[in-house]
Order: sequence, then C-alpha cells, then structure tokens
Amino acid sequence: MIPRSLSIGALAFIVVAIAGPFFPAWLISLATVAFANALVVLGLIILWRSGLVPFGQALYYAIGAYTVALIGRYSGVHDIFFMVVVAALLAALTAYLTGLLLARYREIFFAMLSLAMSMILYGILVKTETLGSTDGFHVEAPRWLGYAPAAGWMRRAILFWTVLAFDGAAALLVSLYFRSIAGSLAAAMRDNEIRLEFLGISVNRLIHLNLVIAGTLAGIGGALAAFAVEHVDPDMSYWTTSGGFVFVTVLAGSGSVAAAFAGSFVFELLKSIAYDLLPGTWQMFLGAALLLTILFLPEGLGSLLLRHRRTLKAIRAAGR
Amino acid sequence: MNAILTARDLEKAFGSLVAARDINVVVPPLQTVGIIGANGAGKTTFVNMITGHLRPSKGSIHFEDRDITGLPSRMITRLGITLSFQVAQIFPSLTVFDNMCAATAIARAGGGLLATALTPLHAPDTLAEAEAALELFRIAQYRNLLAATLPQGVRKLLDIAMAVAGSPRLLLLDEPTSGISIEEKFGLMDVVMSALKARRITVLFVEHDMDIVERYADRVLAFYDGAVIADGDPVETLENPRIQELISGPKLKTEAARRA
Repeated sequence: MIPRSLSIGALAFIVVAIAGPFFPAWLISLATVAFANALVVLGLIILWRSGLVPFGQALYYAIGAYTVALIGRYSGVHDIFFMVVVAALLAALTAYLTGLLLARYREIFFAMLSLAMSMILYGILVKTETLGSTDGFHVEAPRWLGYAPAAGWMRRAILFWTVLAFDGAAALLVSLYFRSIAGSLAAAMRDNEIRLEFLGISVNRLIHLNLVIAGTLAGIGGALAAFAVEHVDPDMSYWTTSGGFVFVTVLAGSGSVAAAFAGSFVFELLKSIAYDLLPGTWQMFLGAALLLTILFLPEGLGSLLLRHRRTLKAIRAAGR
Repeated sequence: MNAILTARDLEKAFGSLVAARDINVVVPPLQTVGIIGANGAGKTTFVNMITGHLRPSKGSIHFEDRDITGLPSRMITRLGITLSFQVAQIFPSLTVFDNMCAATAIARAGGGLLATALTPLHAPDTLAEAEAALELFRIAQYRNLLAATLPQGVRKLLDIAMAVAGSPRLLLLDEPTSGISIEEKFGLMDVVMSALKARRITVLFVEHDMDIVERYADRVLAFYDGAVIADGDPVETLENPRIQELISGPKLKTEAARRA
C-alpha cells in the first residue's frame, strides 16, 4: 500500500511541475532558488530531529556552488548532471572530514564548531583573488546532456524542472530514511545515548552518517542555486546564510519532509516582499515573521499539515 | 558442558587503588548467579569489565571460548552479552511499544550502521517480536503509554526487556530491585526470572537484598575489598558468619528469617 502522505506529495509535485513554468519569470526564478535551498533545509531537518542545530551548513552549500562554478569556468565540461554529482561528492567528502570532529559534540558546542568551520571557508574565499575574492564570479549556463537551451523561458523552465527532479528524488529517499531504523532513532538519540550504545549502536557514528547526508544535500542545493542565480560569491558561505537555513527550518518544522519545500518557498517569498516594501529594514519583517511562527506555530508550518491530517482523522472517526 | 563465561586472574587498578583482584570465576550456561558485597567491594567493577565498559589491568575474560578481554562494549553487546542498568535506561519520549521496537529492530539488524540505515523500523517480524517481549515481561497493558509516565517497576521491566531483545546468551543485571518497594520486589523478580528462564539466558545479578539473592540465585559470589571471598550455594554462603559480618549483616538475616 502506498502511504497517504506519499500520494499527496506526488500530486503536489506534479501540479507544481506542470503549473510552475507558466508563472511570471520572477516567480519561477524565486521558486527555483527556493526549491534548491530546500535541499539544505531537508538536511537540517534530519539533524534537528536528533537535537542538533548546525550554524555552519553554508559551508557545504558554498562548496557545492563553487564546485559547479569552477568546473564550468575551467574544465570545459558543462553537463549539469555531471557537475551536480561532482559537487555532491565534494560536499559529502567535506562533511565526512568535518564530521570526524563534529560528531563528537552536542548542543551549543556543535553549533559553534560548525559555524567556525564554515567561517574558515569564508575567510579563504574572501582572500583568494583567483576565486573573485568578495565579488565572486559568474556561473556559466549549463547544458543538459548536450542540449543548450537559449537564455529565457526555455532555460528557466528546464532548470526549474531539474531542481524539482532532484527535490523529488531527495524527498523520497529522505522519507525512506526516516522509516529506517537509523532514521527513526532521532528521538531516541535525544533521549538516551547510553541505552543506544548498550543496544549496540554507536551514536557518534550515527550522527556522522546524518552529517554526511545533510552535507551532501546542502552541496546539491548549493550547486543548483548557483545555476539559478548564475553567480557565486563568498556570502554563500557566510554565517548569515547558515542562519537563514536555520530560520527556514524553524519556519518549516521538523514534522514532515514536504514542509522543507513549503517553508523554503514561503521564506523566499517573504524576503522578496520585504525587500520591495521595506528596502531599508526588510530584516525586521523577517524577524517578525519568525517571532510569529515561534509564538503561534512552534512546530512550524508542517504542523498545519499534521493538524489538518489529525482533524480529518477525527472527523472520520466521529462519522463512524 | 562448556562454560559460558570464564574470568581468569582478573584485576583492575585505578592508579594505586586496586578495585578488583584475583577474580577467578567459571559460569556454566543457564546458571543464575547472585553477586553480593558492600559498596566499593568490586561488584560493579567486575560487571563493567565483562561488558567492556572498563578494560581489565590484568587477566582475561572468555565468553563461550572466545577471548573478549578489552573488546569495546558495542562488540561485546553484539556477541551476546547485554546489561540492564541500576537506573532504568529507556527512551522517555517514546511509547513503551516504540521503546521495545527500537531495541528489537537494532538487535535484529545487528547494530551495523549500514544495516540500520537500510532496514525499515516497522518490519512485520520486528513488530511481532516486540509484542511478544511485552507479553513475556507482562507490560503489554502499558503498550501505548509514554515511557516517561511509567511507574518505577514497569520502567525496570521495560529496561530488562529491552536489554534482552534479540536474545543474548548472558545478561548482567545491576541491582534489578533498587528503587522498588518491598511489596513489589518479589513480584517483579518472579516476572523477570521466569522470562529469562523462558529465553534460556544465563544471568549474573548484583543485589543488596539478601532475601532476593537467596530466593533467585543458584549460586552466590561474595565480594570484599576487590576479591571474591566466597563462591557457592546461596543458603550456605549467606549463613557463613564471615559473610554475615562483612557483607549481609546479621540483623538483615534475622529479619529475613522472621519473615520466612
């Protein structure tokens, strides 16, 4: 039997994929970036469930972005799938290496150490002239298995669909992971590490695995965002970028996979509205939004979905 | 029959303090061994060396002819030795059933990282095994309660049920009745011991209550100052005046006699 959440998710996915390209150009671009960033948020949800909040996820995001930018600029290879896979592998490798240290820490120490690591990359990017220093550099348009659509509607639509394809695959795999033993031990990890160790599970290794999964997702997200924005710069690795991802994770909540995508889209939309309305003080608008979320939806946007599901169940039960 | 556990010349020193010395114990399969001794006598040090929590300074430990001296505790768990804690170690924010499912699923997957990442938690076999374990330990009625809300005795039973998920061959019980009221103690131990017998598990249990030791142990190990000073039949050992003087105390014994 196919779970209900999966069929609803698949339906939403198809509707967005078909309707998406017919919206105005600015909205497609916004959605493309939002859905690329949603992959980072998906990774953060995995970590957040076990009680870890990294403030340095931009490290893997920037590595993904700079990887595709550099390959396009220097290697002569322009295939988007190849470039994204290389970006994912590099981000995974980085996450594996940083994870050797990070997996031993918890709570605020974990958060601060992850932040410190991302700021090392920021320092390197800012100081390196060949990488464009603080200005960054332009990202060349990719090709799709040899096909190079002209700039404009076609390229926008194909990139949008590509991002959606990666999103769909990631959402499916992460949902499967949440149903596995390792993926469903998050609450147990928060509760009691000693018990898990004596059941034969290494909590540090499990966290390490989650870090690599989250880092890989962030790398793919960064690579796709780089194609959408057509530019990379060191701000992609700055701690405010990491903070933004945590913001969206709080907005989305850790309850469901779909919330990562909805949350990321709402965040980008809010940000762009705030830019328009309050060019000087747009952060205040976002801050107020976060405050309202925490006050009235402490479990995030995802809880609206869950609450709806619970109400439906209650109505059905009452009907019987 | 071959021994399930063999400790030879076991010693543990912390700097100049010798917490356990000259421990030579051979446990045959399916025996229930009570471990007694005053605080600091070396009981827990002995147990911790078997589970791999502490590395012995000297000597060796064999589990079913396999040398497990100094192996990490996760390896030892996977080989078939598990531990139930003095203070119940459960997952308070999960239901009783989900606690049991987690323990069962991990034991079935073998604890390997890749296996746990690729096996679904709610496999039909796992669910059935978890249900059966709750029945066996008589806590099925608490199935859907959050573990945080359980009374002390039920927590203890859940902790032990989780420790023996996946059927280990040897279980170490650290003070199974600590924190349990006198009225509940025997009832709890009856459930635990009959469940462990049904699963054919060899048991070593640390206990301060001599009535419990006398009733449930086939054999008693008495620790004093890091060494085993008596090893034998529970009734004889507990009547030994030296043991009474050093460990159990005559007063406790007369009280027990009066009640009997």
